[in-house]
Amino acid sequence: MKTINFRGGVHPEYSKYITADLPVKVLPPPEIAIIPMVQHVGEAAEPLVKKGDQVKVGQIIGKICNTVCASVHSPVSGTVKAVEPRPTVNGHALLSVVIENDGLDAVIDMNPHPDPIQLSAAEIQKKIESAGIVGLGGAGFPAIVKINSAKDHKIDYLIINGSECEPYLTADHRVMAEYTSEVILGAKLLAKASGAEKIIIAVEENKPECIAKLTEAAGSSAIEVVKVVTKYPAGSEKQLIKAVCNREVPSNGLPYQVGVLVHNVGTAWAVAQACQKGRPLIERVVTVSGDIIKEPGNFLVRLGTPFKTVIQAAGGFTAEPAKVLAGGPMMGLAQYNLDVPVVKTVTGILAFSQKEVKQYDPMPCIKCGRCVEVCPAHLMPVRIELFAINGMWDEARDYGAMDCIECGCCTYICPSKRGLFHWIKLAKSKIAKV
Amino acid sequence: MNNALIGVLFMGGLGALLAVGLVFASKKFAIKVEPMIEEIETALPGINCGACGFAGCRSLAEAIAEGKAPSNACPVGGNAVAEKIAEILGEDQASAPSRKVAQVLCKGGNVEAAARADYDGPGDCRIANITQGGDKDCIYGCLGLATCVEACPFDAMAMNENGLPIVFEDKCTGCGKCVEACPRDIIVLVGEEYGVHIRCRSLSLGKDVRKVCNVGCIACRRCEKECPVGAISIIDNLARIDYDKCIVCGKCAAVCPVKTIEIQEGKSVIKPKKVG
Repeated sequence: MKTINFRGGVHPEYSKYITADLPVKVLPPPEIAIIPMVQHVGEAAEPLVKKGDQVKVGQIIGKICNTVCASVHSPVSGTVKAVEPRPTVNGHALLSVVIENDGLDAVIDMNPHPDPIQLSAAEIQKKIESAGIVGLGGAGFPAIVKINSAKDHKIDYLIINGSECEPYLTADHRVMAEYTSEVILGAKLLAKASGAEKIIIAVEENKPECIAKLTEAAGSSAIEVVKVVTKYPAGSEKQLIKAVCNREVPSNGLPYQVGVLVHNVGTAWAVAQACQKGRPLIERVVTVSGDIIKEPGNFLVRLGTPFKTVIQAAGGFTAEPAKVLAGGPMMGLAQYNLDVPVVKTVTGILAFSQKEVKQYDPMPCIKCGRCVEVCPAHLMPVRIELFAINGMWDEARDYGAMDCIECGCCTYICPSKRGLFHWIKLAKSKIAKV
Repeated sequence: MNNALIGVLFMGGLGALLAVGLVFASKKFAIKVEPMIEEIETALPGINCGACGFAGCRSLAEAIAEGKAPSNACPVGGNAVAEKIAEILGEDQASAPSRKVAQVLCKGGNVEAAARADYDGPGDCRIANITQGGDKDCIYGCLGLATCVEACPFDAMAMNENGLPIVFEDKCTGCGKCVEACPRDIIVLVGEEYGVHIRCRSLSLGKDVRKVCNVGCIACRRCEKECPVGAISIIDNLARIDYDKCIVCGKCAAVCPVKTIEIQEGKSVIKPKKVG
């Protein structure tokens, strides 16, 4: 099998060995579940419950109110304690439904289907929409919006993204290794829903176990499993399309314009769950790792479980944490509050000691060009950073700031320890406002 | 000897020839510059801050000379500059615009608004604001990373030891660079004669404000009731002052339970102003 490469990227210390071989542990539902109405890219869902209401597992509690939106379901059964803003992983307080678990785990009638592959494309789409499935790779783009936006285009390839390139994270790895048949089924269902002709599962070469299992499970079906080079950010949508299909997504464009759709393996698993068991998206696999986590592992966590509870399940901290991240170390969000809940976009919870998160003061740029070399989006981060520092937003836009995929390779590689990515992000936000 | 003489004569001749050429060119191809523009530009502060709305002092000078901008268009120069320009233009005494100074509408420094975390990203408020919202719990308050101070072209701002920006009103020219730089819109330009300010921008409910800041407006409405001229009104959980109505009596500041409202020394005198 040929290994597929792409331009740019970096080789951070992967540290996946810590949790890669640990089977997924199922975490019990939390005592108190906090479910934000925004767990995805787009508008907030509209809460359907109020204080004092009784809810069951899988009951819809937030309905779609916009074209780019996803429904939200109750992960526990119990009583709604409050509908109020609560802190979330992105640092802001967002409207959340707080549910006190009654411990009964009473489930709604989920309407399972014994052979979901018989469902029509429209039926699968309906199930994906009503299950509130969003991209589980970390960005959280509603899956149904992705499928719908590509409706009028011919889709040649459906790429199932198993290139979990963020260091430490092994959630997708475990999904592929343990829920192999569901991933394959989900891939087939997604292909049917979006009318894709060919399914390609792209897995990084550092996961031979997953490649072997997926190839075996795919069997004689038309699914092709390809091996992608172990490099960050191999799992980035646009880079993966370039590497696998040799097609380039145009600037400001979306993958369907080149006839490709990309879904994460976790999303495929969730789609299989939704169609086969009728189970909405109320849980996900989360990697808990880092140098100060006592017993790192992979956990199947109900959404809405506070970080604190998940970390306790992993044995807690062995030392005072200096930084706790939601997501991987390259793109993850630093947390200041461990009461924030696990949401659909949380791929991992990482905790590091002071030693691991050493900070450096930025030094002057020495124009070495390493950021240009590693930028997978073919940009010149050094220029865009300087434009941003000097408030030259038009020039930043001309240099392609909006094509930045926010991978952070430039900041990672910079020998002067400059925060290039943050400045580019600022430029993006300023350009978007104009 | 002979060679040296030839060299000197040749170079001298060449020099003279080129000099004639230059003189001719400077006369023939001279660009006519309105002397007034030069004069006006000299009168302007020359810092190219852009507060007038033009690209720089030169552009403003051109606009004034062409009559596209009034003689008092430079907010930075104030009265003195306006008078000088009016003189150049031969106008009567021009009325200078009322001088505005920047006011920081947040009192939640490191002491009053406790930090929830250590922020270790780039030291720029705009970046802190778009990433995780900085290290303070209050999502409306000052981020304390001095982006406004860096933006000030007149050295009229500094950070105090409490992590809040302070404005030196004597140096402030009202150019608005800090207002533009602040991602949380807590800096406003106010006429220099007004001395009562509600230093809070939080739209949170009073109880939520109390959780994150000791000096934030809790929208208790006491100032609104106390104001003799109806200059204060509570909109969206925040007391707002109408500077046009305010008579700077300071009664609101006296009743404010959280001391959000502040009277500036030297400005707290009742101005003669018609009420209603």
